Amino acid sequence: MALIILILGVAVAFFVFKSEPKFNKNYEQAPSFLKSFPFRLGLDLSGGSHLIYKADVSQVPAGQVSDSMNSLRDVIERRINLFGVSEPVVQVQEGSFVSGGDEKLIVDLPGVTDVEKATAMIGQTPLLEFKIEAPEDAPRELIVNEKGEATIDMSKQYVSTELTGRYLKKAVLEFDQTTGEPIVGLQFDDTGSKLFAEITKNNVGKVVAIYLDGSPISTPVVREEITGGQAQISGTFTATEAKQLVGRLNSGALPVPITLLSKQTIGATLGDNALYAGMKAAIIGFLFVALFLILWYRLPGLVAVISLCVYIVIILSLFKLLPVTLTAAGIAGFIISIGIAVDANVLIFERVKEELRSGRTIADSISAGFSRAWFSIRDSNISSIITAIILFWFGTSLIKGFALTLGMGVLVSMLSAITISRIFLYGVSFIGEGKVARFLFSSGISK
Amino acid sequence: MFVIRNKKIFIIISIVLVALSIFSICFFGLNAGIDFKGGALTEVTYKDARPTQEELNPILESLGFGSMLLQPAGDSDYIVKSRELNDIEHKQLLNALSQDGKNLLEEKNFSSIGPSVGKELTRKAIVAIILVSLGIIIFIAFAFRKVSKPVSSWKYGFIAIVSLLHDVIIPVGIFALLSHFLGIEMDTLFVVAVLTILGLSVSDTIVIFDRIRENIRGQAMINKINFPETVGKSLQQSFVRSICTSLTVILVLLALFFFGPYSTKYFALVLAFGMFFGTYSSIFLASPLLVVVEGWQKKKSKK
Repeated sequence: MALIILILGVAVAFFVFKSEPKFNKNYEQAPSFLKSFPFRLGLDLSGGSHLIYKADVSQVPAGQVSDSMNSLRDVIERRINLFGVSEPVVQVQEGSFVSGGDEKLIVDLPGVTDVEKATAMIGQTPLLEFKIEAPEDAPRELIVNEKGEATIDMSKQYVSTELTGRYLKKAVLEFDQTTGEPIVGLQFDDTGSKLFAEITKNNVGKVVAIYLDGSPISTPVVREEITGGQAQISGTFTATEAKQLVGRLNSGALPVPITLLSKQTIGATLGDNALYAGMKAAIIGFLFVALFLILWYRLPGLVAVISLCVYIVIILSLFKLLPVTLTAAGIAGFIISIGIAVDANVLIFERVKEELRSGRTIADSISAGFSRAWFSIRDSNISSIITAIILFWFGTSLIKGFALTLGMGVLVSMLSAITISRIFLYGVSFIGEGKVARFLFSSGISK
Repeated sequence: MFVIRNKKIFIIISIVLVALSIFSICFFGLNAGIDFKGGALTEVTYKDARPTQEELNPILESLGFGSMLLQPAGDSDYIVKSRELNDIEHKQLLNALSQDGKNLLEEKNFSSIGPSVGKELTRKAIVAIILVSLGIIIFIAFAFRKVSKPVSSWKYGFIAIVSLLHDVIIPVGIFALLSHFLGIEMDTLFVVAVLTILGLSVSDTIVIFDRIRENIRGQAMINKINFPETVGKSLQQSFVRSICTSLTVILVLLALFFFGPYSTKYFALVLAFGMFFGTYSSIFLASPLLVVVEGWQKKKSKK
């Protein structure tokens, strides 16, 4: 039985190391150190930008706040995707008593270390407007440029309508059947279709100007009322321009205005160093603990070290499979969990030792030790689990990482101690009842 | 058990340590980082020679961003702490640090945190501390619901909470001292460390109390229990375990402190102190207190 677990453990460890390329797209480019450990890394380890926006939802009716926040998230996600950032994370943080009532949007951009560029690409709003001709009697204003030429101020020639890019369902790239020119096809949603039908109905024979970011890109003349909610922009753009426009229109305008509250950038070198230091600390910490366990607890100590290895392998593969995003704090949580994982083993061994002293056989002592230690193990871990759960509930992403790894660590270590250590201990108890065996099972400085 | 015999000495030691820590917290205060009060932190590393602080300070002052703190870090780095910076100001700062582009540098780390985010974090931290404390108190009450003689269960819970406070106040006091002399700032992780101490240190106390409970149950004549002796015996049985488990956690924390990433360095240190005093208090404070409380009770009933 012990052998089977050992073999399984080795197999899982093999998986942890060998399954990497599937989880990491940049496997080929990754430095060799990372190649063997490409877990999903948080921004503080991989480098990148972390932005927090405040969304102004004061204009949104109370019932629709969460809807509009979700569509805000979708819009921002689409904008980021347009720029090809790998694995961005955009999260809505709902306003509550705890967070101070502001609706927030949290944007994580791995690999983007130029914070100005990042904020610029999120803030870019394509503003699509439909304008109709101003009434004949409206005053026309002349603009005189430096050369003395007078032109009619175009911005005063058209007046805004209610129809904007907000009512756009989607935009598609098409090509004119006869000329082969690229056209941007627009499909409005229900409200947009109604507005568009109304506008075209009232303006038959007149120009409806389509404005993008404040300048007219197309000024078609309306021939008849259009009810299907479809329109086309046939400007004089190239296929690439048309494609870009479609992308920007589809990513849409922001449903609510946002302001940047905080920004953080971590350079790639700093992240690498932190990751390296974290791994180093984990290995050294583990070696200390292993040394201590073997010196103090002898054979059971060795068993504990082996079951600790199995525990580490299990937890690392869980990090990969779930997956858990590892941050510096998360690694700290993991390292602490190595220390805690020993706790359950120590509790059991101390009990076993007591039973041995009271004159029982080794096998009896082991089974009595386990059953009596279980309650202490359970009780001593519950408080850590309570802390981890509350931290996870309330934490920012940084704290969540720590709470998750610590909480998982405590749970898994409890299970591994009462199952794996037990099997291993029984596995080695065949060495009999001789003096050597009793020495090996005792511990500390006592005989 | 010598701990029980000399209980007064150990209780006094704890009281003195707590008093010193409270003094340290009040006197030095906790140096709140930009996580809590908002502001900007810029860390740059110079490719060639790092200019001296005397060279850079006047340039930084001329930016007019209010008071700024220029701290050297490592051999080729500077950390600049300032108020919150917008994109343009951030560029101006980088330009100033590179002495108008003459001195090549790389930006390693930049955070600018608005004051409202800091306020939110402070509120969250307070709520989390309250919730964790409540959770643990409820857990203690639950764990000791069955013990009643000779010391009633709520007294176990109360003592566990007293020793919990002791475990938290002392590391915070040490941190206040460190933050005063080494300029370490209190960040989010510090709050996490305190909360983790709450979770970890109480477990030691609970395990020892568990033992005491078991030993009381094992005795047939409940009225003839020699309580101090029972506590002493329980301590004898469990102190090795307590020391061993916290030693392993302290070992990994020290590894994290010495070799781990900078961002979790002092987090690990605070936790290590927390673990140490958590174990110390469960052996040298909580159990002696239990005996003292039992003593009071006896006196009362005799009267």
